[in-house]
Amino acid sequence: MNAIELKRVTKNYGAFSLKDITLSLPSGCILGLVGENGAGKSTTIRLLLNAAARDAGEITVLGRDVRKKEFRRVKEQIGVVLDEAYYPDVLSAGNVNLIMKHIYRSWQEDIFYDYLKRFALSEKKLFKEYSRGMKMKLAIAAALSHQPKLLVLDEATSGLDPVIRDEILEIFNDFTRDEDHSVLLSSHIISDLEKISDYIAYLHQGKLVFCEEKDRLLEEYGILHTTSAGLSDVPKDAIEAKRQGRYSTEVLVRRSRLSGAFDVEPANLEDIMLFMAKKGE
Amino acid sequence: MEILIKNSSGQPIYEQIYTQIKDLILNGALAEGDALPSIRGLAKDLRISVITTKRAYDELEREGFVNTVAGKGCFVAGTDRELIREEHLKKIETHLQAISQLAKSCGITNEELIEMFRILEVEE
Repeated sequence: MNAIELKRVTKNYGAFSLKDITLSLPSGCILGLVGENGAGKSTTIRLLLNAAARDAGEITVLGRDVRKKEFRRVKEQIGVVLDEAYYPDVLSAGNVNLIMKHIYRSWQEDIFYDYLKRFALSEKKLFKEYSRGMKMKLAIAAALSHQPKLLVLDEATSGLDPVIRDEILEIFNDFTRDEDHSVLLSSHIISDLEKISDYIAYLHQGKLVFCEEKDRLLEEYGILHTTSAGLSDVPKDAIEAKRQGRYSTEVLVRRSRLSGAFDVEPANLEDIMLFMAKKGE
Repeated sequence: MEILIKNSSGQPIYEQIYTQIKDLILNGALAEGDALPSIRGLAKDLRISVITTKRAYDELEREGFVNTVAGKGCFVAGTDRELIREEHLKKIETHLQAISQLAKSCGITNEELIEMFRILEVEE
């Protein structure tokens, strides 16, 4: 089953539009959504939470059309963390617990307190005294405490230091030990997504460039350093994109279309994305 | 059981898992009937993709090294001697191919190679 499914989804905002997006997140997996600022990551997330209405296409989340009335029930099973945590300044973690208890039928106090302990968050401290990392951890603790099946995080790790980011990624990793649990996270910190994702979806200027299994991408694409003369020896269909400099040429190649005779270097996700972004222009 | 994943090795991750588990079975560190870790558990502990781990397990099953019992997990299959011999032969073949290529590239004849092999044998 797919936790999230988008079919030919389109949304027009006048100056910006999201065009013909088709992607899916199989249950039990982690999907990383990458793309530059303004590529459409947040719009995609808003659409699949039904916080914005699509203009065309189909969206189902946890098996339900997000525009149907029943989706309100499904929403209880989705934990959402946006790039800014948004609790009122005068609340403490203890207050958050009391409020959430009345919002979510499935709220679990003991789990929430477990996370507070694990994240070293004090129950009494007021939200305005929290650091950015603490705010994010509180939002994640709250998102995980109503037994969600799907976690949706929009830039949840940006602005945090590497140690905290890693701790947070480890929580998502643990969360998906259950095969009914899935995670969608958007970030422009590509190394984070490369560490944790099963699938990567790449949005560029409102279009989906690819949605692929991460390890397949890393296996398939490589970088070849060559000269402009050497370039003519490379089979045309193996060349995905190229970067021509004055003294050398770098080519993003597909290994499956290339013989073993070429000395291809491994490419990381960032390389693949940068090459493909250039290609489109 | 320990599995080391290297990101820099250029070898696909599923292949690294596949070869390492296969080697553990071939050298007897994993015996017939031993349970392999669950796909999801192994993936999460190694912090790699679940799909990639599944690919490695599928490959092991296809080659007859493990059996999957629905709802119970994955177990080391009874490896017969033939299979082990076959695997070792395959390995020797790859090494021999590399030797033969290297020898050709620097003009060493087969006779010289055989002579070298004999000398090495005696020294051992």
